[in-house]
Amino acid sequence: MAETIGRSGQKADWVRLALSRDAIMIYAVVVAVLFASLRLERFASTLTVGFLLLDLIPVLLIAMPMTLIIITGEIDLSVASIAGLSSAMMGTLWEDGFPIWLVIVVCLAIGLIAGAVNGILIAGLGLQSLAVTIGTLALYRGLALVVIGDNAVASFPAGLTSFTTSKLGNTGIPTVMIGVMVIVIMFAVVLHLTPFGRGLYAIGSAAEAASFVGIDVARVKIKLYVWCGGISALTGIYWTLRFSSARSDNASGLELTVIAAVLLGGVSIFGGKGSITGVVAAVGLIGTITYSLRLERVSDVVLIIVTGTLLIVSVVAPRIFEVISGARHRRKLSTQLAVDRSAITTHTRSTAHRKEE
Amino acid sequence: MSAQEISSTDIEAVLATGSRPTLMTAVKRLLTAREFPVTAALVALVLFTYANNQLFLSRQGVKDLLLNATIVILLAVGQSIVIISRNVDLSIGSILGLTAFATGTLFVNNPDIPIWAVFVIVSLFGALLGALNGLLVTVARVPALVITLGTLYVFRGFNNLWAGPTQYFADDRPDAFGDLSVDTVFGLPIITLGALLVVVIVAGFMGRTRRGRDLYAIGSDPTAALLFGVPVGRRVFLAFAVNGLLAGLAGVLYASRFNSVGATTGNGIELDVVAAAVVGGVAIFGGSGTVVGAAIGAMLLTTITSSLTTLRVDKFWQQAIVGVLILAAIAADRIVKLRAERRLQTSEAHHG
Amino acid sequence: MEGKPPSTGNHGPALSLIGAVKTFGEVVALADGRVELRAGEILALIGENGAGKSTLVKILAGVHTPDSASFMVAGESVVFGSVADSKSAGISIIYQEPTLFPDLTVAENIYVGRQPKGAFGLIDRGRMRDDAAALFARLGVRIDPDRVAEGLSIADQQIIEIAKAISMHAQVLIMDEPTAALSGAEVDRLFEVVRGLRDEGAAIMFISHRFEEVFELCDRVTVMRDGRHVADHVTADVTIEELVLEMVGRDIDQLFPKQEAETGVVVLDVEGISAGSVFRDISFTVRAGEIVALAGLVGAGRTEVARAVFGIDRYEAGEIRVEGRALQSGSPQEAIDAGIAFVPEDRRKQGLVMEMSIQHNITLTLRDSLARFGLIRRPEESAAADDWAKRLQVKAGSMRHSVATLSGGNQQKVVLAKWLATNPKLLIVDEPTRGIDVGTKSEVHRLLSDLAVRGVAILMVSSELPEVLGMADRILVMREGRLTAEIDRVDATSENVMRAATTPVEVSVGA
Repeated sequence: MAETIGRSGQKADWVRLALSRDAIMIYAVVVAVLFASLRLERFASTLTVGFLLLDLIPVLLIAMPMTLIIITGEIDLSVASIAGLSSAMMGTLWEDGFPIWLVIVVCLAIGLIAGAVNGILIAGLGLQSLAVTIGTLALYRGLALVVIGDNAVASFPAGLTSFTTSKLGNTGIPTVMIGVMVIVIMFAVVLHLTPFGRGLYAIGSAAEAASFVGIDVARVKIKLYVWCGGISALTGIYWTLRFSSARSDNASGLELTVIAAVLLGGVSIFGGKGSITGVVAAVGLIGTITYSLRLERVSDVVLIIVTGTLLIVSVVAPRIFEVISGARHRRKLSTQLAVDRSAITTHTRSTAHRKEE
Repeated sequence: MSAQEISSTDIEAVLATGSRPTLMTAVKRLLTAREFPVTAALVALVLFTYANNQLFLSRQGVKDLLLNATIVILLAVGQSIVIISRNVDLSIGSILGLTAFATGTLFVNNPDIPIWAVFVIVSLFGALLGALNGLLVTVARVPALVITLGTLYVFRGFNNLWAGPTQYFADDRPDAFGDLSVDTVFGLPIITLGALLVVVIVAGFMGRTRRGRDLYAIGSDPTAALLFGVPVGRRVFLAFAVNGLLAGLAGVLYASRFNSVGATTGNGIELDVVAAAVVGGVAIFGGSGTVVGAAIGAMLLTTITSSLTTLRVDKFWQQAIVGVLILAAIAADRIVKLRAERRLQTSEAHHG
Repeated sequence: MEGKPPSTGNHGPALSLIGAVKTFGEVVALADGRVELRAGEILALIGENGAGKSTLVKILAGVHTPDSASFMVAGESVVFGSVADSKSAGISIIYQEPTLFPDLTVAENIYVGRQPKGAFGLIDRGRMRDDAAALFARLGVRIDPDRVAEGLSIADQQIIEIAKAISMHAQVLIMDEPTAALSGAEVDRLFEVVRGLRDEGAAIMFISHRFEEVFELCDRVTVMRDGRHVADHVTADVTIEELVLEMVGRDIDQLFPKQEAETGVVVLDVEGISAGSVFRDISFTVRAGEIVALAGLVGAGRTEVARAVFGIDRYEAGEIRVEGRALQSGSPQEAIDAGIAFVPEDRRKQGLVMEMSIQHNITLTLRDSLARFGLIRRPEESAAADDWAKRLQVKAGSMRHSVATLSGGNQQKVVLAKWLATNPKLLIVDEPTRGIDVGTKSEVHRLLSDLAVRGVAILMVSSELPEVLGMADRILVMREGRLTAEIDRVDATSENVMRAATTPVEVSVGA
């Protein structure tokens, strides 16, 4: 039954990999893309690719640090507000005549600070992240309003805004996608290939065991929130340039879309499980389905049903399988146990008897 | 000062008066109640604003304050039932939207429908949506945060599908219905009185029935609750259904209070409502807090807007102040807990 | 062994459990559990850790169903399928750490799920409070029924559990080490309450490690060892020495073959560390090649000292040095860097990340040393994991399976592997063989012995006397946060260790 370690497990590993959550997400994306390309003639075009990707970038960007945070068992609801705050700052500072590079640096710095505030409140003071980030969601969005009010600033350098929406040659792929991919790869590397990333999983599934191997749990969490603030601010800058408009309500409500994508990607809300691959696939899947239906003239606002249903199915379906296989397993076990138990009982009784004699 | 000393002085007082609390203990209890800080904040805010501008508490001013708070109060009361059971319902904004639109639709398609029938039908519709959440949470045993995030989208999507670009306006509804939010009894708007009645009933349910107390036990320690034979699944389901019912009721009142209902009604209100409950002393991880506190929390958050306007503070500061309030509420809760722990530790060290 | 049990009083048995057997996989937790409890008496159940007391209590509580047993309550044969069954049979259990709902009031905690109803079916809070106050008055204690349970001392929580038991008209009250966390005055109060209940006709079972309490409170004593009933006595007719002998009596040297190892330099030097009321003024050393055991009862502060040495908890005064270099308080990373490894007591929460694969669990301590340019080298990682799994003979289908799929013994080997992989100078093991099968147990002992021979310093916390006596070169005994004795291997007997651990007399340190 139990073998000593050898190569025997490897074949099973391949099967496991092929049936893993990540793999299933990838199949789903491939099927969705193929289906859309065959059924919708306008889908497989450079124009589609361009719009699809431009739309996906904010969710994809923020999903990266969010994945890491949820893997440690925490959450950050303030990301969209940080993006809004950075957008508002960008508009105001630019209007006040600061050079654009300085404006961008200041916006990023504000994101990092906002993230650090989250991190210190959560990991430093030990407050619940759900409650804290509901508070900072209101606070940061409020500060965005304070900064820019009802104004909308649109007069950003034309070179910069057109660069943001520019495409790589005639592929339809946005130029900024290169930067986004670099960030995605960086997060994937950090999570999956570094000692730091390994520690995140340990924190998420057993914080105590993590601290027993020398991981400073609070410091790691603060670091993640700082990163998350920085990436959210970057997203705010992208949003501002892409739509060429700095407003206080930019990206509002984005936090729930991001979290939905992360959870759909197989990251456990309890922490300890998940991968960047799954999350990227989930973002792609939501994007593809949404965009195809949009091409079919299904109204945008109705499309959120897709996101919602995918999310519910993705958490409920595995549970159903679990319950079914669990029941089967229990039935098997109980018949087996019944046999074992009678054997053990007679055994212990007879030995007990012998000793007493 | 040890915890033991405190508890023994308490009990001495109790014994001295034949197990009834004296005025002293009553005052002490009031000051340490979870609702006390939020109530004090609300009173201070109202008084401060009034001192600066007498118009704030004019007949019309009070009416506006109450009307603004009514719908959030109902939602916060419902939400706190769910939060107390260690769950959360993010989909209420979408339920509010669907039920408000349902109200508009009912009146347009059946101009002669009695108003009470609309209340009943739409509230039940809300309860049905809440029950769906409850079913998913209890049967699939998936965290409520994830499930209700999903239904937030699904319900909103159906609302959009159903409403499309359609909007119903106050003209589409009978005058008597709209008057519910205009007419007053003793200076209190009718819908606010209705909401207050709901607060009283739900407070009674949560405080004085076994089912209500079960919800506190579940939120306090779900495994222990199971061990004590509390039907956890059924109770949590009930919490979600009641929350849906109250959101449905809020939807009807929304249609009465506001001119237009459409696809975006109630969008994004869920986090405000959770915030109101938290500010009102409902612990986000269940087990403690009261619906009265949540109602006062809702009142405080909506009053801030009016106060700031009255005080001629830049209206843009309002949301930031709300954020600080929420953080203060959470931090205060934590500090109280830490102090209690430390007190216990020193008292035990003393004995050891 | 089948001698007629001595009897006190004229009451028939309120509860009797005979021939109870309970196994968990390969581990036999209870081979022949037997207890007879009469109305109007207090019975002490004593035995070492691992003697099967808590398994027996869990059977009475309805938590475990015995594999076989004859179980009677109030003269009727019963089978408990759940905790509720046990409760409705009139049995109440008071655990060392009671489970109250922290957010509910004291009165509600007593009446949860069965609150008295008044008008309109609403809970009659006045009556509930009065009833609770009446219960407390009867028990002669002062606890405010209206305060929330959060923040109550453990002593008060236990009183509330007793009040709950009385309100449910429990005929049988079982107290599992209720005094472990109480101060002297609180113990006195508890005993007062318990005696009162006995005089009213309740059947009470009292589990304790403290002999003076057993002799002060109990009418009869039942002794268990190795999952078996050993003897029944009337307390007045027996001495501590006799009881100790019955609890430990077995040939120790055969079980735990500790090889002779050459002792080298002082690796760990602990000087006068204190932490609040948890432990005071603890000083000791551990040399290379030496196994030093920290013995004592559960709650004596042994684990806390071990945790402080490893930097998990902070200490206020004193200093800890490894090979002469002082360690900072409260930094596990620094302890690891200094060459300390720590196999903690709670394998599932502290020792392992249960959802992670076996491989990743083993390499969790190596994660930094396996990295080059910041990236973990995968081939080296799996080679290291395979190597250590092989050395410790971890039996598993695949290294990629989650560690939760392994048996307890194999899980413990994974914990050991992950720490041995760091090549430690000092290995701290806390209850290294708890909950694992006999075969693996002796493998672990052999391993510890081998490590000592190779010059590793070992600090072992253990509640199992045979393990302590068999493995340790030196035994440090703790009682209530202080070191009460230091005994060399040659002088150590179960009696003198047990005595130092249980008697409140101050024993001068140093043997």
